Amino acid sequence: MAAVQTRSERALNRVAIAAVLVITLIFLAPIYWITSTAFKPRNLATTIPPTVLFEPEISPFVKLFTKRSQLRGAPTPEEYAAAPWWERMVFDGGEKIVRSGRGEIQPSGYPNRFMNSLIVAITSTVLAVGMGTFTAYGFSRFKVKGEADLLFFILSTRMLPPVVVAIPMFLMYRAVGLNDTHWGLIILYTAFNLSFSVWLMKGFIDEIPKEYEEAALVDGYTRIQAFFKIVIPEAATGIAATAVFCFITAWNEYAFALIMTNRRAQTAPPFIPSQVGSGLPDWTVIAAGTFLFLLPVAIFTFLLRNHLLRGMSFGAIRK
Amino acid sequence: MATAVITSLDTKSRAASHGMSDIRIRNLFIIPTILFLIVFNIFPLIYSLGYSFTDFRASSNAPANFVGLQNYRELLNDTFIWSNFAITAKYVIVSVTGQVIVGFGTAMLLNRDIPFKGLLTTLLLLPMMLSMAVVGLFWKLLYDPSFGIINHALGFGRFEWLSNPDMALYAVAITDIWMWSPFVMLLSLAGLSAVPKHLYEAAAIDRAGPFYTFFRITLPLVAPILMIAIIFRTMEAFKTFDLAYILTSQPTTEVISIRLYKMAFQEWQTGRSCALAYIVLIMVLAITNIYVKYLNKVKER
Repeated sequence: MAAVQTRSERALNRVAIAAVLVITLIFLAPIYWITSTAFKPRNLATTIPPTVLFEPEISPFVKLFTKRSQLRGAPTPEEYAAAPWWERMVFDGGEKIVRSGRGEIQPSGYPNRFMNSLIVAITSTVLAVGMGTFTAYGFSRFKVKGEADLLFFILSTRMLPPVVVAIPMFLMYRAVGLNDTHWGLIILYTAFNLSFSVWLMKGFIDEIPKEYEEAALVDGYTRIQAFFKIVIPEAATGIAATAVFCFITAWNEYAFALIMTNRRAQTAPPFIPSQVGSGLPDWTVIAAGTFLFLLPVAIFTFLLRNHLLRGMSFGAIRK
Repeated sequence: MATAVITSLDTKSRAASHGMSDIRIRNLFIIPTILFLIVFNIFPLIYSLGYSFTDFRASSNAPANFVGLQNYRELLNDTFIWSNFAITAKYVIVSVTGQVIVGFGTAMLLNRDIPFKGLLTTLLLLPMMLSMAVVGLFWKLLYDPSFGIINHALGFGRFEWLSNPDMALYAVAITDIWMWSPFVMLLSLAGLSAVPKHLYEAAAIDRAGPFYTFFRITLPLVAPILMIAIIFRTMEAFKTFDLAYILTSQPTTEVISIRLYKMAFQEWQTGRSCALAYIVLIMVLAITNIYVKYLNKVKER
C-alpha cells in the first residue's frame, strides 16, 4: 500500500515539476522577447511570422543613444566607407546620425532621462530608508502613545490612488515652483516610500535583541552611539532589502512623473512610451530602451533574492 | 579595536551630562516622519477638498468660485462616470480572480520538494519588479495583431487584442495577471509553508481524499494570508492607471483613474476633478473597510 502511494506521489511530483517549469517559461517569455527584440536589426523586428533566430546586433542601442534623422537617399559609397562601424549600422537602418556644427554626435533624449531616473530614484531611496530606519527604531524601542494608530496612519498614506493626490500636489508644486524639478519628484517618492520603509524596518529592528544595545549603554555608549554602532550594523541586510524595494518603486513610478515633469526632470517611464508616436515606431530602439531600463531592477532582484523574499512575505505575515 | 575602547571611555564622562534623554531621541526619530507625511499626504487632501467645492480651472487665471455641492451632484448624476466605475469593477474582478487562480495554483505546485525551487521562485518574481508603464509598452508589441508573438504562438492569426473594444479590457487584465500573479504566489507560498505537516499526516492516516484535505486543511489555514493578497491586489487594481493608459485608448478600458487624469490634466476641470477624486477616495476607504472586516472574520474561524 505504502509503496504504491509513494510511486503515485512521485509521479505526481514529476507532473508538478513539469508544470512549474512550463509556467516559469511562460512567465519569462515576454521578458525574453523584449530582450531579443533589443538586439534585432530593424527589419526583423516586425516580420510575419515573428523572427526567432537571428544574428544579434547592437544597432538598436546605437540608435537609442543618438539623435538620428531619416536618410534622404542612401549614403555615397565614400561616405559609407569612411564611417565607423556603428554608424554604418545606422546607415543600414535607413537613417543617419545627427551631428552638431563641430561634428559632435548629438545624443538622443534617452541618456538624459535615464540619468534623471537614477538621480531621483537613488536620492529618494536614501531619504526614505534613512528616515524610515530612524522612525522604525523609535517605534520599536520606545513607548509611543497611540502607536498602532500612528503606524496605521503611516501605512494608509499608501492606499491613496496616485492620481487623487496628484491633482493637489500639482497645484501646490506649481505655486512653489517645484514642477519639473528633480527635487519635486524626490520629495514625492520619498513620501510615497517612507510608509513602506517604516513598516519593513520596524519588522527587522524588532528582531534585533534589545540586550545588545543595553549592554552598550552599560558600557557608557549614549543611545545615539548605540543606535549607530550596534543597531545599524545588525539591521544592515534589512536596510539593503528595504532600499531595493524603495528603489524599484521610485524607479518604476509613472503617474507622478507624467504629471509633474515634462522636459528637464522627466524620468524614463513616461519618456519611453512617448517615443512610440503615431507613425511606424522603431520597436528595436524602444525594446533597447526598455531592456536597459529593466536591467538594474533585474540585477537587484537576483543579487538580493533571499532578502527580497523575506522582506516581501514579512510585512504580510506580520500584519 | 583600541579606538573603540577610547571612544567608549571618552563618551562615558560625556554621556552623563550630554547624552540625550530617551524621550527626546524618540521624538527626534519619529516626529519628522509624521510631519513629512502629514505635509505631503494629508495637507494636499485638505487642499483639494477645498477646491472640490469650486469651479476652479488650473489652466485659466480666473479665480475659483464657490459652487457648493454642485460638482458632487453633477458627478453622481453623470452616467459616464458610473460607466467608468463599472469598467473599473469589471477590471478588478477579472484581474484579481485571474491572479488568485494563477498565483495560488503555482504556489500549490511549488509547495513541495522541487529542484531549484529558490531560483524558480526568483525568476517568477521578475514581472512584478518591472515598471507597469514600460511593461504596458512592450505588451503592446506582444499583442500586435500582425507581427505580435502572442497571436503567432497561440495560432490566433490576426486577432485584435487592443483595438477590439470587447477584448481590450481583458487584454489589459491579462497583462496585469502576468505581472501580479507572482505576488499572490509569494504570499500563498508563505501561507502554505506555515501549514503544520502533522495535519496532512493525520489526514493521510484517516485516508482523506485530496479534495477533503484541500478544502478542510489547506484552504482554511491559508485563507487569512490569501485574503491579505486579495486586499492588496484589489486596492492596486482599483488604482490602475499606467497599464491601461499605455496599452490602449479604448473607451471600454477607461478605468476611473484615467477618467480622473483626463478630467484634471487634459480638460483642466480642476474643481470637478477634485470632487471626483474625493468620491474615489471614499470608495477606496469603503472597500478597504469591508475587506478588513471580512479578513477579521476569516481569522476568527
